[in-house]
Amino acid sequence: MLLIPCPWCGPRAESEFNWGGEGGIVRPLDSERLTDQQWCDYLFMRRNTLGLHHEQWRHTAGCGRWFNARRDTASHRIVATWKVGESDPALVGSSHYAEAGHE
Amino acid sequence: MSRRLPVGGRIDRRRNIDFRFNGRRYQGFAGDTLASALLAQGEMLVARSWKYHRPRGILGAGVEEPNALVQLFESDRTIPNMRMTEIELVQGLCANSVNASPSVRFDARAVNSWISRLIPVGFYYKTFMASQSAWHFFEKHIRAASGLGQSPRQPDPDRYDKRYHHCDVLVIGAGVAGLRAALAAARSQARVLLCDEQAEPGGWLLSSDEVLDGLPAALWATDAVKRLAAMSEVTVLPRTTAFGYHDQDFVTLVERKGDHLAGGTSPAVRERLWKVRARQVVIATGAHERPLVFANNDLPGVMLASAVSTYVRRYAVVPGRRAVIFTNNDAAYDAALALKDHIDSVTVIDARTTATGDFSARTREAGIEILTGHVVTEARGRDKVNAVVVQRLGGDDALDGTSRELECDLLAVSGGYSPVIHLYSQAGGKAVWDDSLAAFLPDSAAQSAHVAGACRGLRTLGECAHDGTQVGQAAARAAGFEPSEATLAPVPSGNAGGIRPLWLVPHPEGVSRAPKQFVDFQNDVAASDIFLAVREGFESIEHVKRYTALGFGTDQGKTSNINGMGIAALALGRPVRGVGTTVFRPNYTPVTFGALAGVELGDGFDPVRTTAMHDWHVRRGALFEDVGQWKRPWYYPRAGEDLHAAVRREVLAVRNNVGTLDASTLGKIDIQGPDAATLLNMVYCNAWSKLEVGKCRYGLMLNENGMVFDDGVTVRLRDHHYLMHTTTGGAARVMAWMERWLQTEWPHLKVYLTSVTDHWATTVVAGPHSRSVLQRICSDVDFDDAAFPFMSYRQGTVAGVPARIMRISFSGERSYEVNVAASQGLRVWEAVHEAGEPFGITSYGTETMHVLRAEKGYIIVGQDTDGSVTPLDLGMHAMVAKTKDCLGKRSLSRSDMARADRKQFVGLLTEDPQLVLPEGAQILREPSPPVPAPMDGHVTSSYASPTLGRSIALALVKGGLGRMGERVHVALPAGGTAAAVIGSTVFYDPASERQNA
Repeated sequence: MLLIPCPWCGPRAESEFNWGGEGGIVRPLDSERLTDQQWCDYLFMRRNTLGLHHEQWRHTAGCGRWFNARRDTASHRIVATWKVGESDPALVGSSHYAEAGHE
Repeated sequence: MSRRLPVGGRIDRRRNIDFRFNGRRYQGFAGDTLASALLAQGEMLVARSWKYHRPRGILGAGVEEPNALVQLFESDRTIPNMRMTEIELVQGLCANSVNASPSVRFDARAVNSWISRLIPVGFYYKTFMASQSAWHFFEKHIRAASGLGQSPRQPDPDRYDKRYHHCDVLVIGAGVAGLRAALAAARSQARVLLCDEQAEPGGWLLSSDEVLDGLPAALWATDAVKRLAAMSEVTVLPRTTAFGYHDQDFVTLVERKGDHLAGGTSPAVRERLWKVRARQVVIATGAHERPLVFANNDLPGVMLASAVSTYVRRYAVVPGRRAVIFTNNDAAYDAALALKDHIDSVTVIDARTTATGDFSARTREAGIEILTGHVVTEARGRDKVNAVVVQRLGGDDALDGTSRELECDLLAVSGGYSPVIHLYSQAGGKAVWDDSLAAFLPDSAAQSAHVAGACRGLRTLGECAHDGTQVGQAAARAAGFEPSEATLAPVPSGNAGGIRPLWLVPHPEGVSRAPKQFVDFQNDVAASDIFLAVREGFESIEHVKRYTALGFGTDQGKTSNINGMGIAALALGRPVRGVGTTVFRPNYTPVTFGALAGVELGDGFDPVRTTAMHDWHVRRGALFEDVGQWKRPWYYPRAGEDLHAAVRREVLAVRNNVGTLDASTLGKIDIQGPDAATLLNMVYCNAWSKLEVGKCRYGLMLNENGMVFDDGVTVRLRDHHYLMHTTTGGAARVMAWMERWLQTEWPHLKVYLTSVTDHWATTVVAGPHSRSVLQRICSDVDFDDAAFPFMSYRQGTVAGVPARIMRISFSGERSYEVNVAASQGLRVWEAVHEAGEPFGITSYGTETMHVLRAEKGYIIVGQDTDGSVTPLDLGMHAMVAKTKDCLGKRSLSRSDMARADRKQFVGLLTEDPQLVLPEGAQILREPSPPVPAPMDGHVTSSYASPTLGRSIALALVKGGLGRMGERVHVALPAGGTAAAVIGSTVFYDPASERQNA
């Protein structure tokens, strides 16, 4: 069982959380103007990353807040978590992140 | 003959304990295990093997025991496959051998042993599973003949418990390394948890005659435990097995708290599951001795050398009078030293050409006979060993010279030690093969694990003691503590001597003709089986394991895995390191379902939710239906009524007079804030901007794929205050769904959601007389239709209780939903019934509610929809607002949504008006279509309608909205079809006049 650092509550057991899939996907505002392909990409297409992966998690059995997480899908290690609206702390001057092949 | 010594051992001779084994009465002492007590009584044959039903004795003295399995206790408290070597003797204990029928002394299935040549490994697959039908025929006989113990047939009466624990340093194993590590970490003020699987902490120290810090080893252990227990930050858990090492240093332990207490009674807590999150973990789990593989090495009287030392020194039991010790390493000589004063003769057969190490030196000094460069090729005897065949082994591992027989009744064996790297491996650590020790050793530990002592290949007491202190200090330092470099008296490191790897002792007749040379005692896997598996093309050790069952069973190969790999390497002509290793997975030893379930069973498994009016429903004889976690009244049968009759009465009461429904279970979400309407516009497909204060509106909720996901009525209570109703089962899902969008996508919206489902009790008053009933108990609301029209909301006082009254209808009749504080729910419900008595007011349940709504064609999300149904499929095009976006809206214009053959929601009337179609029945275009029949849709709801005096059904039919009046055929479960005609979903009151009647 992972120990997940909730950005609001601190480290808590994985059983208190729910996983919410890939993070950083923004709902298009002009959905009516999108082609079927573009809408399909938003709805269904997800990365299948080996390595660092941006995810959404919810501290369901705690504060109830959704937050962002950067998880290594190979080791399950959660490298960073941050609140909605904040920026990924791993992006700030981290070579580890760049090595994993992300922009 | 095995017997008890008159003095010595760590047993309490003042406390006699009576117990029963296989129906016979025995006596032992407090401090005995079941194994030591039986050995003290001379019982060597205690088990039968799994496949051949060969006689078996006790091989080990602890967790590694493969043979001596029993069914412990009886009836509802019984546990199968418990190792005798770990069972503490308690008054009244009762145990029975598994696998023996009718008894261990005479086992009818021992005939399997005579025909063993005919049933080699793989025989089952090839013979009984040759075809499906053959397996079905043979399976029940094979299941009866094999298998281990029996699971209890009755519910477990005991209590099991769980707890979480956090510590700085978790030390697993309280042998010398673990105790020294715990002491070192504890001195730095770290919070330490020390667990050990045995009743008494100390591990090998309790069996050793060596000296540590000037104290006899066992005394040193007792003293160390006392010192640890006196420290406030230290917890010592005996009888506690660490069975799983999971991600991020999460370790699961099971503590046995009950079975060592006086037998037969239920303790407060039988077992406790510990979920430990440790900053640092010290794995000091020691090493298990391996047997040697030679002919008939499974005879009772063959015992691990370490077990012999343990029985003599710890339990004062000498398991024989004439002993042979057969070893390929120095450690086994300790058994000779333990035995020498209590036995007629002892001879050591050492496969090594030169005996090196401290124990062999002491043995030689004691004048004990040692034969180096020799092996035992075969043990002889019928139900127990009475002689061994000894022969010289050449440097090329071939037999040399002539053999001779040595008489003995005890054969102590040692093939070297395998570090217990299970937890290390579970944590993610890799094992590396070490040729000098002939063992897999930990390499670099994963996570925050540290390995100490014999678990990392150290062999002498001195080395392990020193290592324990060092690793304990390192763990404390890694956890952020400053260990005091306390000066411990230096311990001489000692000489462990060398080992001669010997995986299979050669036999003059060769592997396939020699008497069986057992590798895995529990699964009856012999060396010949591994050779056969390799001959049949299984080269990977993982495949060999699965073909032969090597390393399976309740012991998971603790004594057999490494020998099996060594023999596979021989058969393949490769070095052991080239055969690979298998992965260790939790659990280290079997864990009871009771411990894993804890209190989460029966009533504790899932909460049961009941409404404020529940007791009233029970008193009126309601039958209940589970809806999510809720208990909802299903129907209220009166004397002599079945479901059909009760529902008919309830439906007609609502249609003609007045009825009440407890709708408290509907999900209720309080929505407040200036952006509440914006949120509603996004989560519902219909428009909300123009809903006036005091009005109600039905809403349809879609997911982003455009599929209907929930529905319900939302009321505008005030300017910035709405109350949303959801389906009973969907309340939590809808709440979580909206929360997610608000938090992640629309955090700028000023709106708050609060679940208020449990805060309100809802009484639905439905039927033509509903207004008259309410008027009798509510004087501050104007019930005139102009003042309080359909789909509006008023506040008032009902039966003296402040109430929110919504005029909405799920039955089609005039209907008011009265919401009051849950604490007042029963009072108001009863007042409504009292006021309704002159009108014959009738409470109705969910079944009647379903019939009423189906007569009106109202959907139930999740029954008439299944996650693939859009509002367009429901014929609810008008519900989708053109002028705004909403979740799922874009999906409705995907090309697939316009497909002509989408399943659409329609009504169905059977040609036989009395036939009620089964829900879920498939719809066909022809009465006898070709096979496989093309599916044209399915029935979603179907009832006998008392209002219409005939059956009605709702269905999803391909292109159904364009097929009105068409005849279709519905497949019946008994065979054949029933003809029905597609029509409107509204069977009753299509003009919706009843809601104002």
